[in-house]
Amino acid sequence: MSMLEVKDLHTSFFTPSGEVKAVNGLSFQLDKGKVLGIVGESGSGKSVSAYSIMQILTNPGRIVSGSIKLHGEELVGKSEEEMRKIRGNKISIIFQDPMTSLNPTFTIGNQLREAIILHTDRSKKEAEARAIEMLKLVGISEPEKRIHQYAYELSGGMRQRVMIAMALACEPDILIADEPTTALDVTIQAQILELMLSLQKELGMSIIMITHDMGVIAQICDEVIVMYAGGVCERGTADAIFYHPMHEYTRGLMRSIPDMSDDEKTRLVPITGTPIDLLHVPPGCPFAPRCDRAMKICLQEKPKEYWVGRDHLSACWMNVKNGACYEERPEEGTVEVEEND
Amino acid sequence: MNAKFYAYLFKRLLMALLTIFLVIAITFFVMHAIPASPFSSEKAKSDAVIAALEAKYGFDKPVPVQFLNYLWSILHGDFGLSTGWVGNTVIDLIIGGFSYSAQIGFTAGLLAIVLGVVFGSIAALQRGKALDKLIQVLTTALVSMPSFVMATILLLVFALLLGWLPSMGNQPGGLILPVISLSLYPMAYVTRLQRSSMLDVLGQDYIRTARAKGVKNTKVIFKHALKNTLTPVITYAGPMMAYILTGSMVVENIFSVPGLGRLFTNSMLRTDYMMIMGVTIFLATMIILMNFIGDILYKVVDPRIDLT
Repeated sequence: MSMLEVKDLHTSFFTPSGEVKAVNGLSFQLDKGKVLGIVGESGSGKSVSAYSIMQILTNPGRIVSGSIKLHGEELVGKSEEEMRKIRGNKISIIFQDPMTSLNPTFTIGNQLREAIILHTDRSKKEAEARAIEMLKLVGISEPEKRIHQYAYELSGGMRQRVMIAMALACEPDILIADEPTTALDVTIQAQILELMLSLQKELGMSIIMITHDMGVIAQICDEVIVMYAGGVCERGTADAIFYHPMHEYTRGLMRSIPDMSDDEKTRLVPITGTPIDLLHVPPGCPFAPRCDRAMKICLQEKPKEYWVGRDHLSACWMNVKNGACYEERPEEGTVEVEEND
Repeated sequence: MNAKFYAYLFKRLLMALLTIFLVIAITFFVMHAIPASPFSSEKAKSDAVIAALEAKYGFDKPVPVQFLNYLWSILHGDFGLSTGWVGNTVIDLIIGGFSYSAQIGFTAGLLAIVLGVVFGSIAALQRGKALDKLIQVLTTALVSMPSFVMATILLLVFALLLGWLPSMGNQPGGLILPVISLSLYPMAYVTRLQRSSMLDVLGQDYIRTARAKGVKNTKVIFKHALKNTLTPVITYAGPMMAYILTGSMVVENIFSVPGLGRLFTNSMLRTDYMMIMGVTIFLATMIILMNFIGDILYKVVDPRIDLT
C-alpha cells in the first residue's frame, strides 16, 4: 500500500464568472521515502493540488470529487477538526515565498513552539528545546538566540530553513514543498535542496516537490509528474521524462531549457501561446491548441494515459497513432519506446 | 536599544515642547486679535472699572509683554485665574471638567475600539454575506451622520419618547446616553478600518502557513491575524482618544454634561482669556501624549517598526 494515494482529484474555484477547474482528474501514488516531482508552468494546478491534499483551500475553492488516501485512510470528507490533526503532523508543507510565509509579529521561537505543542504533549519548555534542536538540524547558527528573533531579522535563506524546521518539527510522513527555492537566489537554492534531501534521508519521509525548475527535478526526484491545465500529461522516472519525453508538452519544456554545454549560440525554443482558460476547458487534449503536431482527434477527445515504458506513462494521441504505447503495464525488460519523430 | 530609546524619548519631549510653545503663541495672539475683552458684557461698566479690572489681571500691558508674562507664569505652574468663573483658578476648573469628560470619553473610546475591532473582524470573516452587508450599511450611516444629529436622535428616542434614560448628564445614569452618542462615530470608523485590515491580513501567506500547521481557525484569527490587523486602528485611536477624552463640545452641550468641552465653548463665549489658553494647552498636551502612546503601541504590535 502506498503512503499517499490520490485518485481522480478534481478541485474547482467557484467564481462569479463560473467554475474554474484548477485540478482535473489528478491521480498519483507516493511511496515511503520517495521524492515525487510535480512540474508544470504557472497555473497548471500544481499548488492547488498541494492545497487540496492539505485541505487548506480558501473560498471559493473546494475539492469537487476524487479521493486522497493517507495510509489507506480517506482524507476527502474528513472534518476540519480531523484534518487539523493531520496538517503539520502527518503532512507538512513549505511554501514558495519565505519572506511572507512567517508571521511578522511573532518570534521564530513562538511559531516553532506552536507547531510542536499543537501535535505533541510537550510542555512549553520542552517545545522550546525541540525548536532549538530543529533549528540546529536545519543548519541555523546560534539557535538559542534565533528563537527570540523575528522573521524580518533573518535572510531569505534562513527564513526558508525556519519554515523547513517548522514543517519537520513533528516528523511528518510527507513533506510537500511548493516551489521552495523559487524565491531564493541560486547558491541558496542549492543549499536548501541539499538540506531537504539530507533531512529526507535522516527522517525517512516522502517529499512531493512542486516546481517549475527542471534542474531541481533532475537533481532530486525519483518520479516525475508533468502537469498541464490541472491534469497529467506525462509521468515516469526522472530519467524517462528527461531522456525519452513522450508528450509534446514535455518536449516543449525540455527544448526551453538552455543548453550550457553548447558552445554555439542557439536560440531557445519557447512553447508558443498561453495556457488554456480553465473556465472553459475544451473537450480534447488541453495542450492541443498550442501543439505543433495536433491532429483532429486531439481537439475532439481527451487522451487517457497510456504506458510508453515500464515506468512511464503519457497522455498523447501521437503515441497511439504511432502504435508506440500499451494499454497495460509492459513486462519487465520491454524496451522504452523511442521518440517518435 | 536602551540608550537609543532614551535619546528617542528626549527627542520626542523636545518636539512636544516646541509644538506646545507654537500652540500657545498662535492661540495667544489670535485670541488677543479678537475685538472683545473679557469684561465686555451687555451691562455697561464704566471705563474706570474696566481699567481697574484690566490692571488687576494684567491686561493693560502691551500684548507681547502679556505674552512673556504668561509664559513666565505657566513655567511656574500658574495658569492664572478665570475671568468667566470669577474666583476659580484655571487649573481647578480644568480638573473639574476633565473628571467628567475623561469618565465619558474613556468609556466611549474603549467601547468604540473593542466593539469596532470585533464588528470589523466579524464583517471581514463573513465577507459578502448578509451580516457583513448589514454592518457595512450601518457603519456607513453612522460615519456620515454628524454627532449633533446622532445625539439629538438618541435624546429624543431614549429620553423623551421611551423615557428609559435621563436626558441630563448630572442625573444618575445620565452619562449613558452621552457615552453612546460619543462612541458611535469612532466605533463605526474603527469597524470599517478593521474590516479592510482584516481582509488584507487574511489573504497573507503567513495565515496560510498557520492553517497548514494545523492551528485552529479561531486561533488563526485571534492570534495570527489580529495582531497584524491592529496598526491602522492604533493610528486612528491615538488622536481619537485625545479628542474624546477632552470632551465633545456638541455632545456635552446637548446632554448638559459639565465637562471640558462645555467649559471650552463657554470660556470662548465669555472671552475668558486664561481659560481658553489653559484648555488649549491641555488639549494639545493630551493629543501629543496620545500620539506618543500610539507610537509606542505600534512597536508592541509590530516588532518591525523602529521608533528610533
